[in-house]
Amino acid sequence: MEMDSPPLAGEQDPHPRRYGRGVFLATVAGGLSSLFWGKAAWDHVTGFVSPVASAVAPILPTGGWRIYTISGHMPVFDPATWRLKIGGLVEEPTSLTYEQLRALPRVEQVSDFHCVTGWSVKNVHWAGVRMHDVLAQARPQSSGHALEFISMEQPYIDYLTLPQASLRDVMLAYEMDGKPLKQEHGAPVRLVIPEMYGYKNVKWLEQINVVQKTTAGYWENLGYDRDAWVGRSNGYGT
Amino acid sequence: MRRFSRVERLLHWVNALGFFFLLATGLILYLPSLSMLVSRRQTVQSIHFWGGVGWLGALAAVIVLGGRRLLTTARELESFDDDDLSWLRRRRAPQGRFNAGQKINAALTAAFTVLFGVSGLLLWFGEQDTRYRFASTVILHDGLMYVSLLLLAGHLYLALIHPATRHSLRGMTLGDVRTEWAAQHHAKWKPQ
Repeated sequence: MEMDSPPLAGEQDPHPRRYGRGVFLATVAGGLSSLFWGKAAWDHVTGFVSPVASAVAPILPTGGWRIYTISGHMPVFDPATWRLKIGGLVEEPTSLTYEQLRALPRVEQVSDFHCVTGWSVKNVHWAGVRMHDVLAQARPQSSGHALEFISMEQPYIDYLTLPQASLRDVMLAYEMDGKPLKQEHGAPVRLVIPEMYGYKNVKWLEQINVVQKTTAGYWENLGYDRDAWVGRSNGYGT
Repeated sequence: MRRFSRVERLLHWVNALGFFFLLATGLILYLPSLSMLVSRRQTVQSIHFWGGVGWLGALAAVIVLGGRRLLTTARELESFDDDDLSWLRRRRAPQGRFNAGQKINAALTAAFTVLFGVSGLLLWFGEQDTRYRFASTVILHDGLMYVSLLLLAGHLYLALIHPATRHSLRGMTLGDVRTEWAAQHHAKWKPQ
């Protein structure tokens, strides 16, 4: 086994300067402390120094997005068969084709998207329709106080109270950054509620039911907060 | 002549194998185009996590196996003399078995391993318990990946492409290097 002992350095320094240990400890300490300042620093760099932000964004291969799925296959949008069904506590259950959805009053907005795991995408340009325009034809009954959003990706489901769903910038988006919503972002239409974390922004929507009250959605069954206010839920800002 | 012992090489290649495995599975989680190809995020996430646990466990096992022999190597890597400092100021200075750049690379690689491990565990347990959730964990984990890729690119260039240094690959695979190459690049290194 003598072949296995490491070759000696051949330098005998009586007072070795252990800078390597210093580099190691400083890097570990800096990295661990960044858990408390990393996001603020990153937001500062990308949010306020706009030349830096516009230079960095195209370099990042992701555009800042990360794609979350819960099943093995991403739902495929077929315009011929897809319908947005509106049911539950309504006077007149309805179903909209993609064309009919696009024919509703169109709105656009620019808002930030925040994931509960810590990443954010700033200034996303959405186009779509407001909730009241979608619900108008079905005429919700007065006993309904919440909405149930059902995704084509089963068993993904989530809920909003009617006041939450009526916030000024809540929409069903069918375009993102000037293009029809891509498959990985929830084509043909997804819920957008910028005040809440991404898991409330249900992708691949196919059904909205008016219900009496909210219950736990997919991630809420796994311990996440039902009211997912950005910066004020799920252990943040409390 | 012999440059790297068996346990030193084992540590290097266990680390390299783990890094590439975690890079591949991590990129599937990170890049939308790859996420779309593979889908099954939950499964990939589990593979990535348990791969990371296995990687840290394997590194720990090699370190225990290496014992005092690896401790001697660590001493060698962390010590900087006047020639090392001159070398870092881009002056010609005779180097030992490791040059100053290799010493810094080793210190950073070790630190990144710790930070990858801590931030990865926090990401995993943070999904289940808000006490482990920090808004900056994902930024640290991603940032480490970007800096590691830069270091890796330089490392691969020097080990595989750059004509003056690529002979060192033989030291890390077979264990030995040519005596005249060692005399030129590591003049102060005098093995017994």
